[in-house]
Amino acid sequence: MIDIANFTPWRALAGGALIGGAAALLVLANGRIAGISGIVGALLRPTAGDVGWRVAFIAGLVAAPLLWGVFGPTPAVRVDVPDALLVGAGLLVGIGTRYGGGCTSGHGVCGIARLSPRSLAATGCFMLAGFVSAYVLRHVVA
Amino acid sequence: MQIVCAALAGLVFGLGLLLSGMADPAKVIGFLDLAGRWDPSLAFVMAGAIGVAAPAFYIAKRRTTAWSGVSMRLPPAGAIDGRLIGGSLLFGIGWGIAGFCPGPALVALGTGSRPALWFSVAMLAGMALQAVLDARRAPAPDAAR
Repeated sequence: MIDIANFTPWRALAGGALIGGAAALLVLANGRIAGISGIVGALLRPTAGDVGWRVAFIAGLVAAPLLWGVFGPTPAVRVDVPDALLVGAGLLVGIGTRYGGGCTSGHGVCGIARLSPRSLAATGCFMLAGFVSAYVLRHVVA
Repeated sequence: MQIVCAALAGLVFGLGLLLSGMADPAKVIGFLDLAGRWDPSLAFVMAGAIGVAAPAFYIAKRRTTAWSGVSMRLPPAGAIDGRLIGGSLLFGIGWGIAGFCPGPALVALGTGSRPALWFSVAMLAGMALQAVLDARRAPAPDAAR
């Protein structure tokens, strides 16, 4: 059953277009993939001359709610799992995205946009696993 | 120029996540939980993002240098192997539990969300753990993305 009350197709498309525009800017101007896990993860093993743009991108990302807040209230961040599960999930996301070489942005947006077979496979896998774990946690265990 | 473009790209990326609703885990779980009341919004975010990014990658693939003068660094075509599949499955499990993936977690951190802080610290620890495990096995890290 589709949740009509919470379905926001126009905001989703417009927000998506901004995300795609940001990825377009980064690849055309800097020749880099806007994959968040890769941009963050590579800072853990930094190489000279490859640190500044990563820090700048992350700073822009974290600063986005501050700019948003100038014009209106920032959207709510609603989490429905306890802290222990949140930490476990964070560990899985950190380990998994680095082994998998990307996340929703690097594989799901940039990879599919450049028709990479690896990214299509990766996106299929994390989507499937996401559907299964969301189901198990909220309908089997709970 | 590189630094300014990267900061601007990060800022626009973050605003896109906020506008689309993807910085809110409840919205993401609304999509991932197919058995609940299903919210298809996330699919529209992906479609909008891919639709805008695809022409840029089409151009990027045909260039050797970027506007700033640095060389174009697109990931090489590699094999679909166990690392890719296994890693992506682990990531998906974590995503389905929390409703956070790396980008939205960092944007949510900027709103002052405590859960986003817990998640982000754990995510960084997971990345560091992977780096340690990986360094033991193979000296050369894979193409960063």
